[in-house]
Amino acid sequence: MQAVHDHTQGHGHDDHAHHPTGIMRWVKSTNHKDIGTMYLWFSFAMFLVGGVMALIIRTELFQPGLQIVQPDFFNSMTTYHGLIMVFGAIMPAFVGFANWLIPMQIGAPDMAFPRMNNLSFWLLPPAALLLIAAQFMPGGGAGVGWTMYAPLTTQAGPAMDLTIFAVHILGISSIMGSINIITTILNMRAPGMTLMKMPMFCWTWLITAFLLVASMPVLAGAVTMTLTDRHFGTHFFNAAGGGDPVLYQHIFWFFGHPEVYIIAIPAFGVISQVIPAFSRKPLFGYASMVYATASIAILSFMVWAHHMYTSGMPVEAQLYFMYATTLIAVPTGVKVFNWVATMWKGSITFETPMLFAIGFLFLFTLGGFTGLVLSITPVDVQLHDTYYVVAHFHYVMVAGALFSAFAGIYFWLPKWTGRMYNESLGKLHFWLSLIFFNVTFFVQHFLGLAGMPRRIPDYALQFTEFNAISSVGAWGFGLSQLLFLYIVIKTITSGEKAPEKPWEGADSLEWTHLPTPAPWHSFETPPVIK
Amino acid sequence: MKQTGFGVRGAFAVGGVWRGWALRLAAFIASLWAVSAQAEYKLNLQAPNTLLGHDIYNLHTIVTVICVVIFVAVFGVMFYSVFHHRKSTGHKAAQFHENTAVEVAWTLIPFVILIALAVPATKTLVKMRDTTQPDMTVKVTGYQWKWGYDYLNGEGEGISFLSSLSTPRNQIEGKDEASRKARQANPNYLLEVDNHLVVPAGKKVRVLVTAADVIHSFYVPALAVKQDAVPGFIRDTWFKAEKPGVYRGQCAELCGKDHGFMPIVVEVLEPAKYTEWVSTQKKKVAAAKVDPDKTWTLDELKARGEKVYAQNCAACHQPTGMGAPPAFPALSGSKMVNGPKADQIALVLNGKKGTAMAAFKHLSDEDLASVITFTRNSWKNSTGEAVVPADIKSARN
Repeated sequence: MQAVHDHTQGHGHDDHAHHPTGIMRWVKSTNHKDIGTMYLWFSFAMFLVGGVMALIIRTELFQPGLQIVQPDFFNSMTTYHGLIMVFGAIMPAFVGFANWLIPMQIGAPDMAFPRMNNLSFWLLPPAALLLIAAQFMPGGGAGVGWTMYAPLTTQAGPAMDLTIFAVHILGISSIMGSINIITTILNMRAPGMTLMKMPMFCWTWLITAFLLVASMPVLAGAVTMTLTDRHFGTHFFNAAGGGDPVLYQHIFWFFGHPEVYIIAIPAFGVISQVIPAFSRKPLFGYASMVYATASIAILSFMVWAHHMYTSGMPVEAQLYFMYATTLIAVPTGVKVFNWVATMWKGSITFETPMLFAIGFLFLFTLGGFTGLVLSITPVDVQLHDTYYVVAHFHYVMVAGALFSAFAGIYFWLPKWTGRMYNESLGKLHFWLSLIFFNVTFFVQHFLGLAGMPRRIPDYALQFTEFNAISSVGAWGFGLSQLLFLYIVIKTITSGEKAPEKPWEGADSLEWTHLPTPAPWHSFETPPVIK
Repeated sequence: MKQTGFGVRGAFAVGGVWRGWALRLAAFIASLWAVSAQAEYKLNLQAPNTLLGHDIYNLHTIVTVICVVIFVAVFGVMFYSVFHHRKSTGHKAAQFHENTAVEVAWTLIPFVILIALAVPATKTLVKMRDTTQPDMTVKVTGYQWKWGYDYLNGEGEGISFLSSLSTPRNQIEGKDEASRKARQANPNYLLEVDNHLVVPAGKKVRVLVTAADVIHSFYVPALAVKQDAVPGFIRDTWFKAEKPGVYRGQCAELCGKDHGFMPIVVEVLEPAKYTEWVSTQKKKVAAAKVDPDKTWTLDELKARGEKVYAQNCAACHQPTGMGAPPAFPALSGSKMVNGPKADQIALVLNGKKGTAMAAFKHLSDEDLASVITFTRNSWKNSTGEAVVPADIKSARN
C-alpha cells in the first residue's frame, strides 16, 4: 500500500483531506464507499419499514377473523411490503455492496461516474417517501398487490399514482446505477485483470447490471400504460376499449422474472466470495460459474409466462414455458454443486459469514426445489396464488438474498470499518434468523398445499394452526433483526480493531492489496495483476 | 479477534446468558406444539375428486420425491464436508479445482431427470387443457365480490343465479364473545355460500370463466380447477367429479377489498338427484317470475330491495348506508341518492369508471328497481319516490 501512496498524482493531495465534512459529506458525496454506505443504511431502514408491514400482516393472520386491520388496509400492507422489500431493501442493499466492492475488487480508484452515482442514490429517498406517503392518501394505500395487475389498478385511489411515480424513480435510479457498474467493470480494471480473472462478485454484478438495463424500462412502460389508462383515456388493459388485462401481466413479468435474478445473482456473487474464503480453497469451477450465471440471466428473459399459467394461454405456450422454466434448474444446479464442491476437502471454519453462506446454500436450494415443483404446469395450476408460492419466494428472497446480504456484511464489515463485529452475537443472530425463518415460512408450504389463497386477510378454520405458528415465527424473525442492528452499531462504535487480514482464505484485491480499514480512495495507482 | 476454527459446536456456543433464553424459547415452541397436537394437520394437497386431480396429485408427489432425494444427496455431501473437512479437526485444504468430467456429469444428469419429468407433465397438461366434448357447460362470472353461474348447455340449461358468502358478518368481525364462539363452531367459516354451484357426478363439466369488473380466479382444489376470470375475455377449464359431495374453494386472484370473502361451493350430486334439483330449480324460477305488468307498491319494492342491497351493495356501502369514505361513499344523505332518479339508475346500471363502483347491468329490472327504491327511502333518505321496473327497462335502452 505504501507504494501506492508514494506514487502521487502530481498535486500530491492526501487521501483524507479534500472532501466536505458533516452532512454535506453525504449529500454531495461522489465517493463510492460513502455512497455504498448510504445505500446499505437506506436499505436497512426500508427493511425495517417493510418488516413492520409484514408483522402487521402476520399479526392479523395469527387467528381467523378480522382482529386488528380492515381488508383494504391489509391489501395495502401486502402491496407495500412487497414493493418496499423488493425495490427499497434488497435491490439497494446489493447496489451498496457493488459500490463498496467493485472498485476495490478490480483495482480502480472509484466508480466511473461518481456524480451520477450520487444522483442514483439520492433518487431513492424521494421514491421511498412517495411509497410511504401513499399510505396517507384519501382511500389509503393501493391494495393492488406488488404486481399491480390491471384492471384493479384503475379502481385504486390517488395512492396508485404515487406508487407509479415511485416505481419510475426507482427504475431510473437502477438504470443509472447499472450504467455506472457496467462502465466501471468494462473500462477500469487494473492491468492484467482480465474479465475471467475478476472476482465472482464483479461478474455477477456485470450480468445483473445488463439485466437491469434491459428489464427496468419494461416495468416503466407497464406502469406508464397503467397511468394513462387511469387518467388519459387509453385502453391498453381494458377489454371494452380493445385492450387486454393479460397484456399487463405479460409486460410486468417480462420485467418481473429477470427481476428475480436481479435480486438473486448478486447474492450468488457474495456467496461465491464467502464460501471459498472460509473453505480456504479456490472456487471449484470459476469458468463454469460464470457461464452458469450468464445462462440463468439469458433464460430469465424466456420464461416470464410461468407466472401466468392460470391466466389463459394456448396449451402449446404453456408447454414451451414449462420446458424453458425447468431448464433453469440446470445452471442453478451447476452453481449449487460448485459451492458444495468448493467446500469438499476444504479446511472449513464457521464464522458468522460462513454460517449465513451455508444457511443460504441450504435454504436457497430448498426454495429452488419448490420452484421446480411450481415449474410443472399442472402442479402450478393447483398451487398458483396460494401460500405455497409465498413460501417458495420467501425461501429464495429471504433465506436466499437476505441471508447472502448478511453473510456479505459480516464478511466485509472489518474491511469497511476497520473493526470486528462480536462473533458470539453474530452467531446468535444467525441461529435466531435461521430458526425463526423456517418457523415462519416452512409451514406455509402446507397451507398452500391445502389450498389457502395468498393475499387474504382472513381464512377458514382448517388453516388456523399453521398460521399461528407462522405468525410467531415472523415476530421472532423480525425482533432478531434488531440484534443485527445492535451488532453493526456496536462494531462501528466500539468493535475491536480488525487485523489487516481477518479472513485467512480471502484472496480478492480488497483483502490482499488494501489496508484495513480501506482508504478513502481505493487505488490511485492501479495494482498490476499477474 | 484471532482467526480460529469455530466448528459447528463453536457455532452453538453463544454464551450462558443466551443459553437460558434458548431453553425458554425451546420450551415455548414445545408448548405450542403440544397445544396444537390435537389439531388436524393437512400436509399435502387436498384429496382429489377427479381423475385429472389424481394425475396432478401423483405428478406433485413424483416431483417432490425427486427433489427430496437430490436434496438429501447434495446436502449429505455438504454436511459430510461440514463435519469432516474442518480446520478445527486439523483438515488441510486440498487445492483442486475444475474437473471436466464431473462438471459435464452434473450438467447432464439434471437435464436427463428434467426430460424424464417432462413426459408425465406434458401428458397431464394436454389432458388438463382438453375441454372438448363436455356433457354440460356452465359459465362462471366473477364479480366484486361474488360469483355468478349460468348453465349454458346440457341438463339444467337456462338456470342462472348469483352465489355469495353466507358467513355472517359478526362472525368475521368477532366483536363479542358469542360471535367468536359461533365462528369457532362453524366448520365452513368463510367457505359457505347462499347458492351452491350444483353439478352431476361423472359428467364432464366445461366451465367458461369470465369476470365483470377485475380479474378473479375460479379455484376449487379438490376438483383440480383453477382458472383466472379475466374481464372481457372468456377462458375455459373443465372437471369431471367422481364422487358426490360438497367441494369448497375460494377466489385465488387479488380482486380488491373482499377478495378473501368470495368462496366457491360446488355441490356434486348423483345424476338422478341432479335431475331432481334441476326441476325444482326450474319451478322456483317459474314461481319467482314476476308479471311484467305487476304494479309495485313502495313497501314491496323496499322489502325486496333490502335483500338485494344486502347481497350486492352492503359489502362496500355498509348495511348502515354509511359506506367507508372515501373509497366507498355513504348512500345515507348522499346527493346522488336524493337527486333525480334517472342519474342514480344510470350510475347503478353502468358503474363509475375509475372507482370501485361496478356496473350492475346483470341484475334484473325488478332487483334494480327495488334496490334503488330501497336506497332512496332508507336511513336519512326519504324521497318517498318509487323506482319501478319499467324505469330500469327504459334506462337500459
